[in-house]
Order: sequence, then structure tokens, then C-alpha cells
Amino acid sequence: MLGETEWAIVLLSLRVALVAILVALPFAFIIAWILARFSFWGKSLLQALITMPLVIPPVVTGYLLLVWFGARGTLGGFFNDVFGLTFSFRWTGAALAAGVMAFPLLVRPMRLSIESLDRGLEEAARSLGAGRIVVFFTVTLPLLLPGILAGAVLGFAKALGEFGATITFVSNIPGETQTLSLAIYSLLQSPAGDAAALRLILVSVVISIVAVVASEWLQRRLSGGRT
Amino acid sequence: MSDTLFVSVEGQVGSFPIAAAFTAGSGVTALFGESGAGKTTLLKMIAGVTRPVKGRIAIRDHVLFDSTNGIYLPPEQRRIGYVFQDARLFPHLSVKNNLTYARWAGRRSAGLSYDRVVALLGLGHLQQRAPATLSGGERQRVAIGRALLSNPALLLMDEPLSSLDHSRRQEILPFLETLRDETKLPILYVSHEVDEVARLADEIVLLQAGQVTASGPAETIFSRLGSHDDAGALVTGVVTASDDAFGLTSLDIGGQPFQIAKLGFAAGTKLRLRIRARDVSIARTLPDAISVRNILPARITGIETNDGPDCDLSLDIGGQTIVARLTRKSASELALKQGENVFALVKAASVDRGVMRG
Repeated sequence: MLGETEWAIVLLSLRVALVAILVALPFAFIIAWILARFSFWGKSLLQALITMPLVIPPVVTGYLLLVWFGARGTLGGFFNDVFGLTFSFRWTGAALAAGVMAFPLLVRPMRLSIESLDRGLEEAARSLGAGRIVVFFTVTLPLLLPGILAGAVLGFAKALGEFGATITFVSNIPGETQTLSLAIYSLLQSPAGDAAALRLILVSVVISIVAVVASEWLQRRLSGGRT
Repeated sequence: MSDTLFVSVEGQVGSFPIAAAFTAGSGVTALFGESGAGKTTLLKMIAGVTRPVKGRIAIRDHVLFDSTNGIYLPPEQRRIGYVFQDARLFPHLSVKNNLTYARWAGRRSAGLSYDRVVALLGLGHLQQRAPATLSGGERQRVAIGRALLSNPALLLMDEPLSSLDHSRRQEILPFLETLRDETKLPILYVSHEVDEVARLADEIVLLQAGQVTASGPAETIFSRLGSHDDAGALVTGVVTASDDAFGLTSLDIGGQPFQIAKLGFAAGTKLRLRIRARDVSIARTLPDAISVRNILPARITGIETNDGPDCDLSLDIGGQTIVARLTRKSASELALKQGENVFALVKAASVDRGVMRG
């Protein structure tokens, strides 16, 4: 049903979104943990900063990424020199844009589940001889998994559909930065593209539904009948 | 009784200061006090959850906290089993994995065997269940088993029955009695329930507003546990004979004969009786032609009056103390005074502990 170029677009989109979420997840978890467990000066500032990509126009986020992570940007230069990692007009840049845009959606559910975790369970675990790190991996993390998963799915959906920041930051290059949303947009611009666009639209709907259903199923399994 | 736990701490609970010092040996030491007296805070200090401002906590020669040396062991290094009011079972683990948590996550070596703990607490049929499917009583039993299997040097129990209804409590109490009698583990048992203390405690530490106001053997301290309806005293006696025809058991209480409804205990068995203050009356002279069977010569050691119509008399009977509750008017008409000899008429007594150790 899908042609070779269309498959390439789907795979590129999945790769961009997955890489974005996998890289962003640990950082988002640490931020969620800090926001949930500590109170410190500037906490609301950090919170506002995290929420920024959600409230400012995506085009502005894309522009800022271009300024900071572009070939001549400070951070872009740093990543290029130190890790040999280039963002501008590459799929890695698309992943960066997707990750930044999805970040607030990753943090929020994780923060909520960390806050609602009964800390008495950690106390009980320590009284049974487990140190902090062991308690984290045997009690805390397993109980947070549904929340982490919820954040990851929400973030993945956002990353998959990201448009404004991506097109501003890394443009719309077929085979490199042209993800599903960008491809659909391009096809709709050309007079003969309607049929192809419809196919891609269907694919993106199917991917989203599969992701949501899979996460619901996983969450039920992880919580083992608990509510 | 050798002292196992040594506690002498000062700290702060919310707005009022806590300054408590006591020791506890093997058997059950009840930490008794009203809500807000600082009982739970004291337990948290012992467990290593809350840090005292200064003082010292040790189990035998193992120092857990010492402000002068800056010693403050984290909870996982204290070998203290903690049974919480809410069982705090790990919801993502089966009952069996909860029970064995201290072994696979805490790297604790075996003390009591798994099979023995499962048998002791009647957990055999629950092992594969998820904590969410257990009743409140079952949950608390699993929590006790989990703490026992961490090979603790001391067991802390923070009102383990308070979240259960009456019948569930009656279901758990026998397990606690077995635990006390079969393991030689020192247990610090927080409660504000007189019934539980009467049944379980060997020693009592009385806590009021963050201060220890009395501590010692249960028989000595029990009569001071507040002036509510259940006030009374604990006395020990030895079974001397049983009267099958009338269904009575005779006891010797400090040299005085005492009769209660027949129990299945052999002669020579040591029992603990609880005598409620409201079940004791006073006579100036030895009454005759009276249905009350237990009339004991007694000496008044103290009279305590409060705002109500009643007063409590402390009575010495052969070296043990019982309490009698009279109206103030009766006490006045009989002109009862401290140091006088009277007769105590005991209408009822309940056996709170079967076989006593020692």
C-alpha cells in the first residue's frame, strides 16, 4: 500500500520521535524528581522554563534552536566540536526539536506520579535493610513505571506530530528532516498529492492509536490490578 | 531481664519538645500514651527516620545514634524491624516477595526461617496473592512477617491494630502473643489501647507530652494508665487447685486465696489477672453472708480524686497493687484514709495472660 519513499518517511518519523523521547526521558525524569521532591530557591522559575515550549509559538522555539544549536550557535558549535554531532538541517536536529517540544509533556505525568508515591513504602524498604539505591530500583521505580510510561506516550505522540519548530529549525528536506507532518504538509501543497497525503494521514492516525492502546495495556499490566 | 534497647533522646515534635529516656529488655515493652504524646516520633527516632537533636540510642553495644560522637546510622544499618500502622506492603510485589524483601533487596541473612514465620503467622495460603487482595488483618500479619524475616535485633510496632475493627484485632492478638512467647525478640509496642497493653506487655513506658512519666514492670505501671472506664490493675497469681463440682479455679495471689471461673490450667501455672477498678468495692469490716467470693485484706496506699463523683483507691494486697473505684461520697462516709487497713471485695477478674514466663 505504501511506496518506498512513503515507508522511508514513516521510518524517519518513528526514528526521530523515538530518539527524541529516549534521550529526553532521563533528563525529564531528573527534572520531575527535583520538582517533586525538593523545594529550593528558583523552583517556580525552573518550572516556568520547562513549560515554555508548551506556551510560546513553536516557530519561536524553532528560531531559538536555530540561534543556539545552528552551525554558528554556541551550543551547536560545542556539540559539533566535542561530540561531532551536527543538528542543523539533519534528522538529529529534527529529533532535538521534537524532544524539546515534548519535554513538558514528559515531565508532568512523571512529576505527578512521583508526588503521589507513598514515601512510607520507601521508609519500610529501608527498615528492611535496603539502601537508597536498592530502594529506588526495587520499590520507587517499579511503582513509577505507569507514570513514566504515560509521560513517554504523551511525549511520543507530540514528537511524532511536531511541525512548527522542526520546519523552522531544520527545514523540510526529503529523506533527512521530512517527517510525517512535514511530508503531509508538502503533499497538500502540490495539486496531485491528495491521495498520497491521505495514505500518510491514515498511517499517522494508526501509529497514534497503536501507541495509546499499547500504553493502556502496559499500564494495566504494570499496575497489576491496582488502581 | 537484661536491657537490650537503650534510649535517651531530646528533640522536637512540631511545637512541643520531646525528651525521653528509657530502656527495654526482651519481651514486649508497651510505649503507652495519648495521641500526640510523641510515641510515633520516638519510634521514628529509634528507627532512624527522624533525627533527634541530641542523645544516644543503642541496642546492646551497637550504637545507632550518639550526638557526642556524631554517630547517626541510616535505617538500613540498624537491624530494626518496623511494623507500621498501615501495613505498607509493596503493592507491586506478591505476598511472598514482600515477605522475602529483606533477603533479596536488603541482603539480610536468615534469622527465623521463612517456613517458621509463615507458620507462626498463618500465611501459608496467602503467599501468591497480591497485597491489594488481602483483608486488613491479613495485610498486618504479612507486614509483621516481613519485619520478622529481616532478622531484626528489635521489633518496633506502631499501633499495628489501630486500623482494624474489633474482630480483626481479636484475630491478630493471638499471633502477637505467640510471637512474644516463641521468639525472644525484644518488641517495642506503641499503643493507646489499655486492652492490648494488658494482654501483651511485660514492661510499660508511660509517655505524656513528650516526657517519660513512668516506666517499669506492667504490673507496677498498669494502674497508672489514665482514669478512664477501663482503669484497673494487673496482678499475678499461681494456680493452686481447681474445683470441678463448682467450676472454679483457685489461685494464690501474694499469699491470699482467690477464686475465678474454671480455667484449663494445671496447678503451679503462673497467671496474670486484670482487675478493673470498677469491679472492686471496699468494706471497713469483714462482711459475712455476702455472695462475693474474693474478699482480700488490703491496705490503702493512695487516694486519687478528680472532678467527677468518683475516686480511685490504690490498695496493697500481699505486695501487689489493685485499684478500687468508689464514689467520693462513699469514701467520705467510710472516712477512708491512706495507710488504713480495709477489705477489698473483688467482683470479677479476667485472665489476660495465660502462662507467664519466669
